[in-house]
Amino acid sequence: MSIKYHINHLRELESESIFVLREVAAQFQKPVIMFSGGKDSIVMTHLARKAFFPAKIPFPLLHVDTGHNFPEALEYRDNLVKELGVKLIVGSVQEGIDSGLVVEEKGYNASRNSLQTAVLLDALEKNKFDAAMGGARRDEEKARAKERFFSHRDEFGQWDPKNQRPELWNLFNGKKLMGEHFRIFPISNWTELDIWQYIALEKIPLPSLYLSHKRKCFVRDGVILAESEYVKLKPDEKVEEMTVRYRTLGDMPITGAVLSEASTVQDIIVEVATTRITERGGRADDKRSETAMEDRKKAGYF
Amino acid sequence: MSMNSFTSLEEYQKMSLLRFTTAGSVDDGKSTLIGRMLYDTKSVFQDQYDAIKETSERRGEEGVNLALLTDGLRAEREQGITIDVAYRYFATPKRKFIIADTPGHIQYTRNMVTGASTANLALILIDARNGIVEQTRRHAFIASLLQIPHLVICINKMDLVDYSEEAYEKIKSEFRGFAAKLDVNDVEFIPVSALKGDNIVNKSENMDWYQGTTLLYHLENVHIGSDHNFIDCRMPVQHVIRPYNDEYHDYRGYAGRVAGGIFKKGDKVMVLPSGFTSKIKKIDTYDGEIAEAFPPMSVTMLLEDNIDVSRGDMIVRENNVPDVEQDLEVMVCWFNERPLQPRGKYALLHTTQDVRCIIKEIRYKVNINTLHRDEEDKFIKMNDIARVVIRTTKPLFVDSYRKNRNTGSIIFVDEATNETVGAGMIIG
Repeated sequence: MSIKYHINHLRELESESIFVLREVAAQFQKPVIMFSGGKDSIVMTHLARKAFFPAKIPFPLLHVDTGHNFPEALEYRDNLVKELGVKLIVGSVQEGIDSGLVVEEKGYNASRNSLQTAVLLDALEKNKFDAAMGGARRDEEKARAKERFFSHRDEFGQWDPKNQRPELWNLFNGKKLMGEHFRIFPISNWTELDIWQYIALEKIPLPSLYLSHKRKCFVRDGVILAESEYVKLKPDEKVEEMTVRYRTLGDMPITGAVLSEASTVQDIIVEVATTRITERGGRADDKRSETAMEDRKKAGYF
Repeated sequence: MSMNSFTSLEEYQKMSLLRFTTAGSVDDGKSTLIGRMLYDTKSVFQDQYDAIKETSERRGEEGVNLALLTDGLRAEREQGITIDVAYRYFATPKRKFIIADTPGHIQYTRNMVTGASTANLALILIDARNGIVEQTRRHAFIASLLQIPHLVICINKMDLVDYSEEAYEKIKSEFRGFAAKLDVNDVEFIPVSALKGDNIVNKSENMDWYQGTTLLYHLENVHIGSDHNFIDCRMPVQHVIRPYNDEYHDYRGYAGRVAGGIFKKGDKVMVLPSGFTSKIKKIDTYDGEIAEAFPPMSVTMLLEDNIDVSRGDMIVRENNVPDVEQDLEVMVCWFNERPLQPRGKYALLHTTQDVRCIIKEIRYKVNINTLHRDEEDKFIKMNDIARVVIRTTKPLFVDSYRKNRNTGSIIFVDEATNETVGAGMIIG
């Protein structure tokens, strides 16, 4: 068959993700998009828009708000929700702390990251969501390399890496018992560079944090962190103005910035293509132990 | 390697996608081979490299163990084996690669079937010292059963047999003899040393007698343009799009991924199971109307006539329809601890259909080492492959798996646990 009947790898990935998103709409009663405000969930939401065009996205967006977010990320989220005309549900970590659902960590490295798990599971349960779509990619981290598109979770929201359902061809088995739910990862097969090239191709707007800007930062354990009301400085840490950007968006106290002059998407693509550190390499939460991600996944994290 | 292809959007869009599966026995160096490919194509990042370097040193290993790059879960790090399908990614300026990395040892054959189901190519490793072993036969058989279009046999650890041409030729001819009984078309043999890097990305300086290409060159250039079926038009309907707003008041779009053939605007089509015919009014996407749709595109089809179409239906060409069948002959690979139950009832997924079925008869079990058909032993347990006859509650629209992997494949689901318990390939 001639070259005419061929689509390039970005379009093939796009087509696969659209197929998965449509399967979710067809197989589940009450699916939701887990929207973090990061580039991966932005791309996933863009793909959902394409999958159901000209109809609206048939899912609400769920944001787990740690209360430690970058203000730029929240502003972006609110604008997007308005533009899409979909419902936004916020699961608040602060409310979880206030109600006693979770207990805040103490000390210099206190993070609300681990508290997200309980708040997320609580939000899924309260809203009776039976499928939660996330923008995780298999190339991000080694525990994620084994994740399925349709990932079954038991009634405690737990992932059992030894007992995953085999996933063959285009056949996705979303059958479940009462109280169980699924995590769905429509962009499993995309790499970081695929995401950036696709953002360029589709001209998808992003929060300004991804582009180079001046910010007051300090360095802790080799990670550049933003100064904010949410972190306590150690005596020897000093705040300086740096030219930085973010490669992932998480909580302000734990998301590391990189020194960067990249001020356009094209600059970022050049940076990503030549960089020598993986994107999660900047996240202090993965460094706690060699199996940090696997431990959190089993407990029901993203 | 030029960075230009990765940084220029125009160049990036010229890249194609190759999915391949790797298989090998526990010790024949599969993880090292993948690690070597990632490392030599500069797909390993500094922090990943630092992490495995530190682990190698802590374990007192000689040099940096590249196999650690692909080690995933804690259990397998402890046991030193891979226990599940893990997906890896790397790219060269020509192609992006997705590796379905599957374990080689016997009790996890089901994972190889899983990895093979979406692969364009299977890479099989043979330890040059040991030659063809039971695992090799098993994997080659699965590759042929799953109709993976291309096969690459890497004869590994050539450094341990003094890069001997004779050792390579012996294994090659032995494999050819065995493969003659299988349904494989395109087979390539490459002598390599994953540990030393011979013929993986860079051409070996130790094997002048080898005239062929390196593994990476082959992966970059193998022709995959004919891997889809472009002849028989099939589009299973996934979802019906109805916007319910003023602008698109009468819009009724049939969303799906083209499973075969080339659909064009204006084509006369038939909808199964109703048999109603109509014409394609429009092939729609978010980016606008397109003239043609073919695999593996996800599109939305609009028809001229207002006929009743829903999920599970299939849009086909009037003069080229699939078989509409309730009784099917199937090769099944069993995945579950609980054996296949003769006369058992299962949920069955095929394209976008969700039906039930009964196992009517077990014809034979395949001994996947000898390829012998055993008509006596009909006890089908995990990792067994058998030919069965099933009857479904509703007609399915099927092609033989040989003709179309999308419309010829099914999975079996246990109705009590909802686990996926088996995979089936329809025999035409």
